[in-house]
Order: sequence, then structure tokens, then C-alpha cells
Amino acid sequence: MDFIFTEEQTMLRDMVRKFVDQEIKPLAQQIDKEHNVALVQGILKKAAPLGLLGIPFPEKYGGSNMGEMGYAILLEELSRGCASTSVTIGAHIGLAGTSILIGGDEAQKEKYLKPLALGEKIGAYALTEPGAGSDAASLQLAAKAEGNDYILNGTKLWITNGDIADTIVVYGLSDAKLKARGGITAFIVEADTPGFSANRIEDKMGLKGSATAELVFQDVRVPKENVLGQVGMGFVIAMQTLDESRLSLAAACIGAAKEVLGMSVDFSKKRIAFKQPIAQFQAIQFMIADMTAEIFQMESIVYRTAWMYDQGTKIPREGAICKLFCSEALDRIVDKAVQIHGGNGFMGEHPVERFYRDSRVNRIFEGTSEIQRMVIAEDVLKKGSY
Amino acid sequence: MNIAVCIKQVPATESKIRPSADGKDIDRTGLSFVVNPYDEFGLEEALKIKEQVGKGTVTVISIGEDKTIEALRTCLAVGADQAIHIKDPALSGSDTHAIALVLTAALQKENYDIIFFGKQAIDNDSGAVGIHVAELMNLPHVAVINKLEVSPDDKKAVAHRQIEGGTEVINIDLPAIFTCQKELNVPRYASLPGIMKAKQKPMTIYSLNDLNIATDAVGAEKAMITLDQLSPPEKRTAGTALEGNAGEAVTALVRLLHEEAKIF
Repeated sequence: MDFIFTEEQTMLRDMVRKFVDQEIKPLAQQIDKEHNVALVQGILKKAAPLGLLGIPFPEKYGGSNMGEMGYAILLEELSRGCASTSVTIGAHIGLAGTSILIGGDEAQKEKYLKPLALGEKIGAYALTEPGAGSDAASLQLAAKAEGNDYILNGTKLWITNGDIADTIVVYGLSDAKLKARGGITAFIVEADTPGFSANRIEDKMGLKGSATAELVFQDVRVPKENVLGQVGMGFVIAMQTLDESRLSLAAACIGAAKEVLGMSVDFSKKRIAFKQPIAQFQAIQFMIADMTAEIFQMESIVYRTAWMYDQGTKIPREGAICKLFCSEALDRIVDKAVQIHGGNGFMGEHPVERFYRDSRVNRIFEGTSEIQRMVIAEDVLKKGSY
Repeated sequence: MNIAVCIKQVPATESKIRPSADGKDIDRTGLSFVVNPYDEFGLEEALKIKEQVGKGTVTVISIGEDKTIEALRTCLAVGADQAIHIKDPALSGSDTHAIALVLTAALQKENYDIIFFGKQAIDNDSGAVGIHVAELMNLPHVAVINKLEVSPDDKKAVAHRQIEGGTEVINIDLPAIFTCQKELNVPRYASLPGIMKAKQKPMTIYSLNDLNIATDAVGAEKAMITLDQLSPPEKRTAGTALEGNAGEAVTALVRLLHEEAKIF
């Protein structure tokens, strides 16, 4: 057993931390208040030449081959600064890029993954529909074969990066009878394809600087060579991608948790009540202790699971456990952080208020807590416990 | 154009520094360490000059224990071509004079056109080693520069430094030594390809013997200055609010200034 980051992983963490401190933290409040997606895009432009947008991908596709460990380190550090930025990069790498890595052939990886890894293009992943969220298998977007093309018709909803992406991995129904058992196909769609349009959705509780959009497909013609993997393999690609992305989402939760713990410790030492710093009170100390204990658990399961993934182990159960535990732990942690900050924590000028709002969606997107529990239980009942 | 950058590994700026139990050093447990920020300006300037000239080598040099290799490796990830790590148990307790002697010996093994230092290291803030090395190497130097231009023939340079009420512009022949101030440039980040390549770049390790320096010429025994005591800043006590109307408060204030603070 070895619980130490390699020298490269340590250098990566130090570099991203510095990048976050200098380039992201100073903008995070403004990004949130102004719903300023352009600032986030500016950060991506600065992150690209450093190689940050291709961390887990092989070097031949423009990546750095630093695996899931490297990717988890990236998302943890980004989330200390700004959840909107972290989610934008997460959807770009962990959903769009990973789908192409998992399902794509050589030509597709060369044509589509490489520009994503290098940050020349931005990626999105379109699975959710107005009538298909947790029940992704019931998606309706029609994909009809016609000559050398597929014609896509339908709507995707709440798609991260939807209206800023150049390359979108779209999951459509190619065979209504087979559905998830061979009837769903993944397509790579270029955003400038005629018939495609995206409408920004502005009114959200958090992640206000992340571009969330409704995508509309009206007779969008996609060449057959843009089918990802085999026809009918879409649902498998979508689920394998989510296995991996759930883990990185959990990694992002660690960063936010550590950041608000730091804020809470600093605040509790400075804030005087009843003639002493509130850090002296056991009620505050117990909250800080609980937050710290949960952060240690989050860190322990996420990096262990990332290591497993990099060893080639499949992680449907572990990824779901990480996602479930970390998203729920983060909500308990930001809640305590606001409580420690008192009235200050309720005010929009304090970053802890932003972290509180940004945290909530982690229990919903990329599979709700309930779906994670179903995945875990199904896996345990099928394969046995330990 | 061969450029050397002398760097020091120091506690990270946000660290909470505590004196060690004996008061002779800082308590290093739990601290994270970084490349001294002023040295990063030196490295950035070296890389810029190399890019501008289109050829040459950037060498980073540091003295320290095994851990120092992390700082050197970070500089390699940022873009330096090679590193020199000087380590020897006999160096423990050395003062700035001994450090300058050792660096001079290492620097004299090659012909460098420019040698950069940070204007000071943010741990001890001595600001002494760079100019001390210049003296020992008999090289011209400009300290605390915030702008540098190298002539196209690589033989001369113009250095700018901020002085009271203005800027001093100094023409200097190369080789020369410069110590760097923060307005000099904006240091770049290490890149992922840089991080992955860092381990493959040359890292030379020198002992005192390799540099022909006797072990008894340096270290705590030979130090010309000794550290007596490190202590944390005194804790500030809470202020006192004076009660009553303005007249009463002023009377009370004057009494306190006279009797308690004893300023008159």
C-alpha cells in the first residue's frame, strides 16, 4: 500500500493550486454574480496551453496521460476556487472527452478528442431530456438512418456547456423497440451543423457561470462515421462515461469542502462573541470536527477509487459510493460552514454563500443520490457484498 | 547564452510559521514548501531571454537537503534545462557567507553570461547571497532590478531599478549578476508536458568535495553570524474603550498616555 502522490502528481497539484489562486479565485464572485460564462471561457483559454484540459487522455491524443488520479487532483483544486469553472471543465473532459475515448475509433479520437484535449474545441455531453433524467433509458431523441447519414430530431435539456460547445456527444434513439438494450446510439455532433440550436438557461440556484442549455435538433444530419462505437452501443458508452465522471464529481466535492472548512476555521478564530473568538465554543468546535472527519473520508475513498480505476478495475459500485457519499457530505459541510458564519454566511458578498448554493446540484446531476443507491444495491445484490 | 538561476526552497507564503522548541529554527512539521517567489522572477527572466535569443541553456542551482530536489524539479517543469543540487551534511548551520562561497564554487564550474538571484528569500529576508556571490566572483551586479534588456550581441545589458522618486537605468557588461524584484515579469506556470518531462532533465548533485571545499570551511562552526533566538510576534491585547463625554474621555486618555503608556 502506498498513499503518497507521485512527484508528478504533487507538481500537478501545486501548479493547479497556484493557477486557481491567481487566475480563478479573484474572479469567482464576479462569475457568480454576473452569470459570467465569458470569464469562465477565458479561464479555459489560459488552462489549455498548460495541458489542463487533457489530463487523463493519452499523449497521442494531446493529453498528459495522468490518469484518473491526475484528473481527480485537477477537479479537487479547481473546486476550491469556482464550481462553475470546475463543472465546465468536468463536462468537457469527463463527459464529452471520456465518451469519445471510451467509444471512439482512431479517426474519431484524432479528429474530435485531440482538439478537446488541447482545448482548441469545447465539448458537451447530451443525455438528459425533458422526459428522461434519472430514467435515461427512456430518452426520445429520434435518430433515423437515411443513406450515409442519421437524422436527429428532438430536445436535450440542462446540458452543461450546451451553447458554448463545438463538439457534442448526443445520445439518440436509433431503435425504439430495443431502447437501452441496443436501441440507443451515441453521435458526435458538430455545433455548426444545420438544424442544431442551443438556448441558454439562466435561472439556476447555483453554478451561475456554467453554461447550461436546452439543445434543439431539427433534422440535424450527422454522417454515419460520427456514430460513436457501434450502432446501439450508446447506452453502454453513456453509463461507462458516468462511472468515471461520478468519481471526478466526488473529487470536486472534496475541494469545495476543504475550502469552506478553511473559511470556517479562519472566521471562527476572528469572530468575537461573548468576549471570545467563537472557535473557543464547543458547539463550533464540534461542527469543525465533523466537517474535518467527513473531508478525511471523502479524500480516502476518492483517491482509493481513482487509483483502482487507473489499475484498470471497473468501478460502478465504488464510483457510485464516492458520488453518493461526497455529494451528501459536501451538503452537510457547507450547511455547517454557513451556520458558523452566522448572518455573514447568508449574505451574498461572502463566498460561503456561493459554495452553499453551488453544492446542492451535486446530489442531483450525473445521477441523483437515489440512483446511486440503486446502482450500489444492485451491484451488491448481484455480485455479493465483500 | 548560458544563464544560471540560484533558487531557494522556502516555506509557502500562506504558512503559519512557529519557532521550534529550542527557538533556533522554525518548526517544519506540516509546512509546505515552494520556490522562493523572488527567485521565480529570475527563472522567468532567464527563460524569456533564452527564448528571445533563440539558443542557450538555463541552469537552476540550489543548496539544501534532499527535499530541495522538489523545488529544482518544479523549475525544470516550468522550463529550465538542467538543475544542480548541492547537498552536504557539513553545510548544516551555514551562514550567508558560506552559502555564497559554495554557490560561487558551483557557478565557477561553468561559464554563465547571466546569473539571477531573487532580491531576497522570503524566509530569512537577508537579501545578502546574490551580491555576496558577485563580490566573490568579481562580477558586476545590479540588485533589485525590475526591468532588463540584453543587447543583441549578448555582451551588454541595461538594467532598471526603482529608487526613491524615480528609476535608475544601469548599463552593464556581461557576464553579470542580477537580483530580481517582482515587477520584472509575470512568472509562467509549470505545464503538464513540462511536469512529465521534468524527471528526464539532467540533475547534477554536488557534495562539498565535488566543489573542492573543505567541510570545515562551512557550517555552524564557521558561521560569522549566529542565530540567537526566534520568537513569534507579541500577541496584541484588546483595546480599551473610554467611557463618558468627550471631555471626560480626553482627560482619561491623557492620564493613560502619561501613566500607562508613559509617552510623556
